[in-house]
Amino acid sequence: MTATLEETPRATRQPSRDQNKRFAYLLLLPALLPVVMLSAAPLLRGVFLGFTDARAGRNVDINFTGLENYQELVQDTQFWDAFKVGLIWAFAVTILQFGLGLGLAGLLNQPLRLRWLARTLALVPWAMPPVVVGIMWKLVYHPDAGMLNEAFSRVGLDGLRHNWLGDFSTALPAVILVGIWAGLPQTTIVLLAGLQGVPRELHEAAQMDGAGAFRRFRAVTWPALAPVVVAITSLDFIWNFNSFGLVYVLTAGGPGGKTMLPMLFAYEEAFRYGHYGYAAALGNVMVLLIVALLAVYLRRRLREAN
Amino acid sequence: MARSRTASVKTFKRAAQYLTLGCYLVFLGFPLVWLLSISFKEPREMVELHPTLIPKHPTLQNYVTAFTEQDLARSALNSLIVASASAALTVLLALPAAYSLVRFKTRLSTITLGWVLVSQLFPFVLLVIPLFLILREAGLTNTRFGLILVYVTWSLPFALWMLQGFVRGIPRELEEAASVDGASRLQVLRRVVAPLLAPGLVATSLFAFISAWNEFFFALVLLKSPELATLPVTLARFVGVEGIARLGPLAAGSLLATLPSLVFFAVLQKRLAEGSLAGAVKG
Repeated sequence: MTATLEETPRATRQPSRDQNKRFAYLLLLPALLPVVMLSAAPLLRGVFLGFTDARAGRNVDINFTGLENYQELVQDTQFWDAFKVGLIWAFAVTILQFGLGLGLAGLLNQPLRLRWLARTLALVPWAMPPVVVGIMWKLVYHPDAGMLNEAFSRVGLDGLRHNWLGDFSTALPAVILVGIWAGLPQTTIVLLAGLQGVPRELHEAAQMDGAGAFRRFRAVTWPALAPVVVAITSLDFIWNFNSFGLVYVLTAGGPGGKTMLPMLFAYEEAFRYGHYGYAAALGNVMVLLIVALLAVYLRRRLREAN
Repeated sequence: MARSRTASVKTFKRAAQYLTLGCYLVFLGFPLVWLLSISFKEPREMVELHPTLIPKHPTLQNYVTAFTEQDLARSALNSLIVASASAALTVLLALPAAYSLVRFKTRLSTITLGWVLVSQLFPFVLLVIPLFLILREAGLTNTRFGLILVYVTWSLPFALWMLQGFVRGIPRELEEAASVDGASRLQVLRRVVAPLLAPGLVATSLFAFISAWNEFFFALVLLKSPELATLPVTLARFVGVEGIARLGPLAAGSLLATLPSLVFFAVLQKRLAEGSLAGAVKG
């Protein structure tokens, strides 16, 4: 390894610039290798696949089909239905999560007794694997043995008993509620961290000037929180739009496609019907649409901020 | 008079706050209580039309079934293997890389940091199918190693991000002192930097472990043999064939699957509440 002090004069023991660079790359490369193989390569491959007729069971003659997949996709009502369901789901979950999360973060920021316990409990849904969350809520919604229907019966509202996940009109709202439940802790924690970053002195100054709670929120808290709000709502939106496990367990997209999220649809196309090329095209289109939506949102938010 | 009025307004406000907080906690906690309740119920109580919150004849049978049932025990072991290996490999790759990012500024390190940020925003829909095909061509579908590779790639960005923060906290003088004493750069990394990073390494590996433990989609797509299936996949299969009497073991199994993450959160909740780790964990 390195020579000892007695053998080498001090000056040459300082590693040269090139040596440093080589050492830096040596440390970095092992981490970059799987990344290039498993995220950069698939990215390019996915773009390519979208223009082919690749299918399950057909390994050799994959044909380049140009825009065929995309033409088919544009006319595929099931795709647009899934996209619409995905939008409703992602908007509803993100917005409600944000509203509820802001309220909860505000409360957890108050000097209440047992606050540490409340903070811990508020994190619990986050600790559960999405599949387990799905299973748990399936048990809550169970038409016969479920807690929800029983609760309605207990308070004399037998008429409200319902097959929540099986009914066309209630399936999506029921699933959205679960989505909010599962994501609330994360949104709350981020907003809580944001609230703690709001300078206390500003609040006190505003209070001295006689500003009420609402005015203080609008004039002090909200502007300071804005960057956090933009970050968490856009991330939440992407995560929600791409979610899979939760709804897969709850309804698997049913009844009648009412809860068929884009990821569920892509999964079915690829791994049930084996339409790899088509599913890849679907992924590409979805990404373009999300990026476009986010660009519009971020531009508007940033303009407001300036 | 005015004084007591503001006092009572204050009390009223406090009461309203506690009430609202209570509602939140019921909303967040009650499904879990229901899951807990079902996990202690006997099969015959499950078919009664008006279920009660407190089991009439509490039993541990469901936990025994969940544990002894071939599927769940084996899946738990599979999950343990896959998650531990992913966590170990993630840390092993991320530690030198994070060190390199902080201590040596090169073009590659700038690119890497950029990718770390972008990857947090990237919708993984785009990757699913091509990634599946690449792994299939490499003969890695239906192997644990393939799944582990996916998880490592998945948690690396976050691990890098977190560890480089910890590396920044290490005083340079310590490393310089060691190298003056004749330690090679690799020795400095191993004997000086790594031990000082211990808390960061623990937190990072736990995060990698939990995200692998919870992951469902790739486990579902990549592993076709039931004897390789991880816990979330097996539990999901259970749901598909749920007879009402099977709800008990299903609930018990689900709770057992949550245990590692719950312990983790209990230990790290203060740090999490401080927001230092927030924002980078996928739900």
